[in-house]
Amino acid sequence: MMSPLQAVPLFHLGPMPITGAVVTTWALMAVLTGGSWATTRRLSLEPGGVQAVLELLIEAINTQIRETMRTEPARFLPLIGTLLFYLVSANLLSLIPGLEPPTAKLETDGALALIVFGAVHWYGIRMQGLRGYLREFARPTWIMLPLNVLAEFTRTFSMMVRLFGNIMAGVFIVGIVLSLAGLFVPIPLMALDMLTGVVQAYIFSVLAMVFIGAAIGNHDTT
Amino acid sequence: MNYLQLVSILAAALTVSVGAIGPALAEGRAVAAAMDAIARQPESAATLSRTLFVGLAMIETMAIYCLVIALLVLFANPFVH
Repeated sequence: MMSPLQAVPLFHLGPMPITGAVVTTWALMAVLTGGSWATTRRLSLEPGGVQAVLELLIEAINTQIRETMRTEPARFLPLIGTLLFYLVSANLLSLIPGLEPPTAKLETDGALALIVFGAVHWYGIRMQGLRGYLREFARPTWIMLPLNVLAEFTRTFSMMVRLFGNIMAGVFIVGIVLSLAGLFVPIPLMALDMLTGVVQAYIFSVLAMVFIGAAIGNHDTT
Repeated sequence: MNYLQLVSILAAALTVSVGAIGPALAEGRAVAAAMDAIARQPESAATLSRTLFVGLAMIETMAIYCLVIALLVLFANPFVH
């Protein structure tokens, strides 16, 4: 049986091996970017159907950011919104026959977790200054300093493993049931996977919001 | 099939089965507490169920960690081969 931890290179771009997950991610990026460009090209004051749905979604994300981070959402909407849209579409990609969610590979989740890791420190230093941000690590007392530094890395790692484990487990179990039982048997499991995929995308974005919110100094949110 | 592979398979099965107990009990308690809260305050059901879903997924992650460890033992075991 093929190991779920292993990635097979499709082709080589110079010295760099390119796997199927990377190609899927590129296609997804193109679709999301093109779709956003096409739908926001002609915005009007009286929104049509597509624009109304998009405005509803963006407004929902804005409300979520405002409630979780207790700050104005405009600065964080690009990052959080992109994460959410990308994760939802990536996690649901196994519904299209022949495609596998890129988030079922450890490398994609590692990259996403690293983006959040970088964004936490970037926003923390931007909003509080370097000294103020570094002082956060010695809170509540300086004895907590090693633990706080360690927690920065373990929570990034746990974000990566959480997303990977949930999505990969879905793909893996559907594969096993399909090989054991036959064509239409895994459909209830795939329905469960849809729920898991959307919930995990939501959780990943909420955790990113909570971590960034803690880094910019809103202690009441965590 | 050598001794090491047998032990690996047994360890993977044990990891998943034992690792599922804790999260299962925890999820039961979380759902029971949420039901209790919704029964007392039906008007806050929306907030409660949203928080419940996030909390359940967090708890489930513990079981998923065990699954990842089991898969590591089965597929990426450094002592086999």
